[in-house]
Amino acid sequence: MGKNWIQKRIAFLFSALMIASLCMVPASAEEDTEAAPDTGVTINVYNWGEYISNGVDGTLDVNAEFTKRTGIHVNYTTFDTNESLYSKLSGGGAEYDVIIPSDYMVSKLIGEDMLEKLDFDKIPNFKYIDDQFRNPAYDPENAYSVPYTWGVIGIFYNKNYVDASETTSWKVLWDPKYKGKILMFDNPRDSFGIAQKILGQSYNTTDANDWQAAANLLKQQKPLVQAYVMDQIFDKMDGGEAWLAPYYAGDAATLVENNPNIGFTIPTDEPTNSFVDAACIPKGSSHKEEAEAYINFLCDPEIAAANVSYIGYSTPESAAKELLPEETVENPIYYPPREIMDKAEVYVNLPEDTNMLLDTLWAEVKMGGPGESATLVAVLAAFLLLYIGIVIHKRRKRKRELQ
Amino acid sequence: MKVLSKIYCFFIYLFLYAPIVVLIVFSFNDSTTMSRSVWSGFSFKWYGQLFSDRLIMQALGNTILIAVVAAVVSTILGTAAAIGINSLKRWPRRLVMNITNLPMVNPEIVTGVSMMLLFVIAVRAMNTSLGIGSIMIAHITFCLPYVILSVKPKLSQMDPNLYEAALDLGYHPSQAFFKVVIPEIIPGIVTGMIMAFTLSIDDFIISYFTSGTTQTLPIYIYSMTRKRISPEINALSTLLFAIVLILLLIVNLRKEKENKEILQDEEEP
Repeated sequence: MGKNWIQKRIAFLFSALMIASLCMVPASAEEDTEAAPDTGVTINVYNWGEYISNGVDGTLDVNAEFTKRTGIHVNYTTFDTNESLYSKLSGGGAEYDVIIPSDYMVSKLIGEDMLEKLDFDKIPNFKYIDDQFRNPAYDPENAYSVPYTWGVIGIFYNKNYVDASETTSWKVLWDPKYKGKILMFDNPRDSFGIAQKILGQSYNTTDANDWQAAANLLKQQKPLVQAYVMDQIFDKMDGGEAWLAPYYAGDAATLVENNPNIGFTIPTDEPTNSFVDAACIPKGSSHKEEAEAYINFLCDPEIAAANVSYIGYSTPESAAKELLPEETVENPIYYPPREIMDKAEVYVNLPEDTNMLLDTLWAEVKMGGPGESATLVAVLAAFLLLYIGIVIHKRRKRKRELQ
Repeated sequence: MKVLSKIYCFFIYLFLYAPIVVLIVFSFNDSTTMSRSVWSGFSFKWYGQLFSDRLIMQALGNTILIAVVAAVVSTILGTAAAIGINSLKRWPRRLVMNITNLPMVNPEIVTGVSMMLLFVIAVRAMNTSLGIGSIMIAHITFCLPYVILSVKPKLSQMDPNLYEAALDLGYHPSQAFFKVVIPEIIPGIVTGMIMAFTLSIDDFIISYFTSGTTQTLPIYIYSMTRKRISPEINALSTLLFAIVLILLLIVNLRKEKENKEILQDEEEP
């Protein structure tokens, strides 16, 4: 009697946890009879979240397949933005063997000497990569990276309220008719990019005046924007809360396929952005050869096809395209026509001072200039005064009571 | 007035539980678009997918392992520390308590970054890399003050003569400690442990900086935000919520039962 229920409670908690952890073991311990001999090596792979075919719902479990074929284990982890990948890498302490950053981050990492040169003799499947994706602007000699997926940015719109003919220009996102129904990217590069193309600039301009002009354009647009969001656009568009949203084509393709009210256009009046995510090996990798085997494995057309059909982005390999269903390959969302691709521009890393300028301008756009920060300071000061007032009042009261 | 207070209570509970209800409802949503806002029929689809998703299961396994280790170790260390602090003189005690409380008011991001910097130096010296070990150390560290804080009040409530009485009656000091002191303070220890466990499961910021190449569930969920957070996470959250609810119910029912027994015992003689 007495306190022993607590002991029982602890025992119960533990046994529950033990059972839970026991249940988890069989899932990872599955082994096939025809597996390659275990090499005992584990490589650390760092990729975008939800960016590989993972065996759910009858898809191919790419990492398990790699382990089965080569005997190399994969510790697979995920990140949410290029910037968090960069901070993880530059922070030190974490050793990755394969990373999959986007174009401009690849050029930044090359510039800071953070990538290992790849040995293309160990990556024979590089031969499947189409010519147009070789020697890209972010890696001109194609020494450090192997393209994994690519895509373009376009406009999603609600067919009930927006006419398809309006969406051929990015300017529709500045149309006061759609006040409060427009969504924008919640990252500086993509949001500024749209304004830059309206102004006819390059994405990679280093002229401070250009950036200032783009920022002014975004400030003009701000009263019309419902929210600056990333993945929330799926819910907002699907539910009809927002009518216009620029986004990565492949990501939101399911939206168009499943919701008949939603359309997608890649603007043709101005150019669009095409982006590439590419596999690289960071400096300091202790299993470079195994990492190259992994990259080679990702380039296998069969694996590439499995990955892009899970992710929804486009593959840089014609051989993989042949394994995909025809309606996907002919869908302009996934594989836009040549004339769009010829005009499309890729992000390249910006010099340090331009990056700083971009960060300040973006903060200004989102915060709404110095006027609003003054209100913020005023509110904070009011709270502080109130707090001090209460403290002084209490002290006086106590003193009076003591007397 | 009574009606007003009922309405007030209703709204408080509504705001507390509405998000959880929505989350649970949409974990049963049968939709191919992975929609989180449009209902299209009942199914267990996401539960099935959840258990076949190796990455989620691995992240969950890591999270639970880290939480159990952090809870157990920080409880042992924290209890020992609380006993030590309690027997200090007044001024040193105040000083030590303030120092232990400092990490709690420190913004998590500061704790996270500073731990990362420290671990990176240590890891370079030892020629390894950050991983599950460094997260465990970090979690034990930030859980410690909470354990101390929940054990210490129980110690100050305890009659200090109890321990000495046990010694006088022939107990060895270790026996006296385990049979007299521990039973007195066990509610504080359990509270501290449960708190440490939940804090560790929840933690994102500190884990994010100290995790190296290990991935916990919060980090994994956060990394999904470029594409979209899969309803599998709804299913997982629903299961966790249900397990916690059942545990709470069991605990409370047992408590109820024992209270009744105590009452009966008191009435009988």
